[in-house]
Parts: sequence; structure tokens; C-alpha cells
Amino acid sequence: MDSVINDSTNTHTITEKSSVFSSGVLSKRKAKQAKRMYRHIRGEKIFKRALTLTGIIIITLVFGILLTLFLQSLPSIKALGLRFFWTKTWNPVQNVFGALPFLIGTLITSFLALIISVPFSIAIAIFLGEYFPKGGFSNFIKNTIDLIAAVPSVIFGFWGFFVLVPMIRLLETKIGVMPNGVGLFAASLVLAIMIIPYAASIGTTMIKMVPSSLKEGAYALGATRWEVLRNVILPYSKSGLFAGILLSLGRAIGETMAVTMVIGNANFLPKSLFAPGNTMASVIANEFTEADHPVYLSALIEMGLFLFLVTFVINFIGKKVIKRATKNS
Amino acid sequence: MNTKLKYRIAKNRGMRWFTILLAFACVLPLALILIYIIKSGISAINWNFIVNIPKPVGETGGGIANALIGTLIIIIVATIISVPIGIMCGIYLSENKKSKIAYWASMCVDILQGVPSIVIGIVAYFWLVRPMGGFSALSGSIALAVMMFPIIIRSTEETLKLLPDSLKEAAYALGMPFHRVILKIIIPCGFSGIISGVMLSVARVAGETAPLLFTAFGNPYIETNLGKPMQSLPLLIFNYATSSYKDWQNLAWGASLVLLVLVLTLNMLTKIMTRKWKVQL
Repeated sequence: MDSVINDSTNTHTITEKSSVFSSGVLSKRKAKQAKRMYRHIRGEKIFKRALTLTGIIIITLVFGILLTLFLQSLPSIKALGLRFFWTKTWNPVQNVFGALPFLIGTLITSFLALIISVPFSIAIAIFLGEYFPKGGFSNFIKNTIDLIAAVPSVIFGFWGFFVLVPMIRLLETKIGVMPNGVGLFAASLVLAIMIIPYAASIGTTMIKMVPSSLKEGAYALGATRWEVLRNVILPYSKSGLFAGILLSLGRAIGETMAVTMVIGNANFLPKSLFAPGNTMASVIANEFTEADHPVYLSALIEMGLFLFLVTFVINFIGKKVIKRATKNS
Repeated sequence: MNTKLKYRIAKNRGMRWFTILLAFACVLPLALILIYIIKSGISAINWNFIVNIPKPVGETGGGIANALIGTLIIIIVATIISVPIGIMCGIYLSENKKSKIAYWASMCVDILQGVPSIVIGIVAYFWLVRPMGGFSALSGSIALAVMMFPIIIRSTEETLKLLPDSLKEAAYALGMPFHRVILKIIIPCGFSGIISGVMLSVARVAGETAPLLFTAFGNPYIETNLGKPMQSLPLLIFNYATSSYKDWQNLAWGASLVLLVLVLTLNMLTKIMTRKWKVQL
């Protein structure tokens, strides 16, 4: 609005001046200027409205996604109720749908991936945040980690299927379980590689944010670098590190293609870590285009809705924690 | 006392090397993937690979021309859809920090960023594929555009936040209207940051497979009609990698190499740009 007022005062002074000199040109010029001003004001309004509109588009989009998922999963919610999350039989031929195997599969793969990736991501965060914050050494690591985040998940899956799975099969024959190769363990391993960059990059910023006066105080007391890390930096930045891990968990839960390619796609409760299984995302990817019965399709969408809500809650908590951690310093 | 000090120093040194070791261990997977894909993919790539379409099982040769063209079309259309809306929404969020709508929109961008890609595929299926009466490249493009929004919006917003207020104030003081300030001052000044955000989002969605499974679906022939199913590189990799024919797997390795080179190049370019212009994402 400020600019509109500016504009009108401008034109006013100009017209006053010109009226002194020639009255013949005046009306023409005045009309021209009025027209231009009108155009400016109108353009301004249109532009501001268009900007607001894009904001509204995003809001509608998200609520539309939620609404669509909910409406489309209504048949399954009506037909199956809460039983959907309890029962363990998934048999599309007889229209029996229990999502427990996929819930368990998602839970196991994402948490195992988290357990594998946490030491690595915290190590990278310490490495980049404290030991080597600058220089070629850290640039190399940072760029590599960023590139891992950029590799498409389908390529991770492809590589996992042809490189990791045979290796796991070898391991399985060594320890004496059924050599499937594919299974929950393979999926967790691939997922772990995929989520390291997210936790690491957030952790790095959090460790870099530790005030230097705290560190200097500890060094002044004669602490070694590791003691400073252990007793000052890690406790100070632990909520931020936790948030990073949480956000990477959100990634792991929704990850589809890589998991689909290495998990083995078996629709029953996995008996061990090395058994083939399925996650919610992978079962949707596998069966969505084959779902011919309304309740079948709707059951898959209900899983999608559940996935959406779970990732939303996890991301929400993670972002809240990060916001609070950044506000403190 | 002396032994304790020695112990502490040794522990310090030990933990440092342990951390360095773990950090470097993370480089290993990328190196392994790169080496393996280059090794398996390079033999598949030649001129025929680029200009031919996949041959049916049993015939040797064939290429990925259909997937290359499909990927290109789908991504260009997605970019055309997402860039204007994304940039405008980014401007809106950075200009109106206090308004209620902006607050909600900002929340929604956060939510959208976290939505699993497969869920976007499902929704695109119901919004576009069902009403249009079949799988189509356009619905795939729109699904990808939705995935591009959050990245473009956030990068635009962050870039504009970094611009000094005095720039805008000077323009206002000269009597420039709001929309001209945005179009002539703000956007050109933040151009590099905005463009690198766009490139990053293209790199992200270029490898997306899950949303395309239910929308663009794949097609063994060259297709340029947006209303028809279309092949794309990630889809081709997914479909051919899981097949049991050696020829098709080789095709998938070649396609993986092409996709990986494409995505990593875009990412590196973005990195170089942001470093050169000192814009942070």
C-alpha cells in the first residue's frame, strides 16, 4: 500500500507543475498519467492477489491430498475398521485385508536402518562440525554425502539387488539361515545408506551452532578435544541431533522404490530379520495397479493415508525440535 | 596422574581417528555404487543405445530412446507447471510473513515436503488418471510438479530473505510500485538462488519412480502425446531391472548410468552456482 500512496503524490506534483506551463498539453498528459496510475494500481492489486492465490493453492493442495486419501479409504475403513491394523492375513483373492505384516515390516526396516545409520551420521556431524569445519578434507566429505542424497532411489534399489543381496546371501549361508538374500535386512541396509545424509547435514549445523564461549571454557579447564565433545558439544546439541535422526526416520518410512526392489515382497509376517517381507510403501507400489476390488484398492489407500499421517507427525515433531534448538542460540 | 593424562590423550586421539574412520566409511557406498554402475553401464552405452527403442525379449540390441524422450518431456512439463507457481508462492511467503494465509501456506509447504512420493502417486491417480480415463504423461508431470513445489518455494523464500532490505526500500522511495519492485529488483537480484533451487528440484524429481508408476505408467514405444502413457528412465530401470532377462538388465544398467550422470551433473552445477554467487540453500 505504501507504494500506491507514493505514486499518487508523485503524479500530483507533476501535474501541478505542468499545469503552470501549458494548458493545452495538460489534459492529454493528465489523462495519460491517470491512466498509467490506474494501471499501476490495478496491476498491483492483480499481482498481490495472484501471490495470495499461490499461497491458497498450496494450502488447498495439501488439504486436498488429505481429503482425497480419506474419502478413498472410506470403503476399507467401513468394511474393516480397526481390524485392518490388527489382523495379519493379507489375501486379496478372498478379500481379507490385514495390514499387520506391512506395519511390522515398515517398523523393523526403518528402525533397523536408523540404528545402523545413527553412528555414521553422528560421526559425520562431529567430523564436519567440530574436527574439520573447513578445508578440502571436509568439502570432499560434504560433497560426497550430498551426492548420496541425490542418487535416485531406484538406482539404490538396483545396486542393492545386484551387489548387496548376493553379499547378504553369502553372509546368510555362513551363519546358517535360509539364504534368501532379499529381505528385511537388505532393505534396512539400503535404507540406512539413503538416510545418512539427512541426519548428518542437520547434525552438522546443530554442532556448528554450539557457542564457542562454552567450548573455550571447557578447553581452558584443561579438557581434551574428545572431552569437550563428549561433555559440552554433544549434550548441548543433542536435541538438534535427535531432530535430525527423527527427520531421517520420516524419510525411511516413506521410501518406496529401493525397498520394493530388495525386500522380497512377501505378504506374511516376517519370521526373522533375514526373511523376505514387505513395507507399507512397497506393498502399495506392488499391488496398486492390480487392485481390482474396491475394498482392495481402498485398503491400499488407507495404508497410504496412514503413511501420510505418520510421516507428518514425525516431521512435525522434528521441525519443532529444530526450531526450538535454533531459537535458543 | 601421569598415567591418567596419558590415558586421556590416547582416548582423545583414538576417538578422533574413530570419527574420521566412520565419516570416511560413508563415502564407501557412493564409491561402490558409482564404480559398479559405471562398470556395468558403460558397456551397454553406444550410439544404438541412444537412438533405438527397447527390443522385445530374444532380440539383442535396442536402446532407451523412448525413455530418454519421455523423461525429457515429463520433466519439462513438470518444470513449466511448477516454476511460476513455486516462485510466486516463495515471494508471497517472504513478503507477507505476518498474514494468516502465509502462515498456513508455510505449514503446508513443510507438510508437502514430507509427503512420501508414493502417496503423491496415489493422489495423482485419483485426481488425474481416473478422470482422464487412463494413464498419461501429463498426470505424471503434474505429480512431479507437486513434488517440486516445496523445494522451489523454500529456495526462493530463503534467497529473498538474504537480499538486503535497503534494495527494496530504495526502489519504493523512487516511487516504484510493488509488482515492479518484485519483477525488476527482487527477482533479478535473487535469480541465481532461485534458478539453483529449480535445478535442484529437477534433479530430485528426475529420479522419482513411485509417483510415475501410477500415472505415466511406461510405454515400450516412443510417445510424444502428453495424453498417452509415456516411458521414463526411472520407470524403465525399475521394470527392466526386476526382469529376469540378461539383455533387459543390461539395458537397465545403461539407463542407470545415464540417469545417474544426469542427476549428479545437475546437482554439481547447482553446487557450483551456489558457491559462486554465495547463495545458501
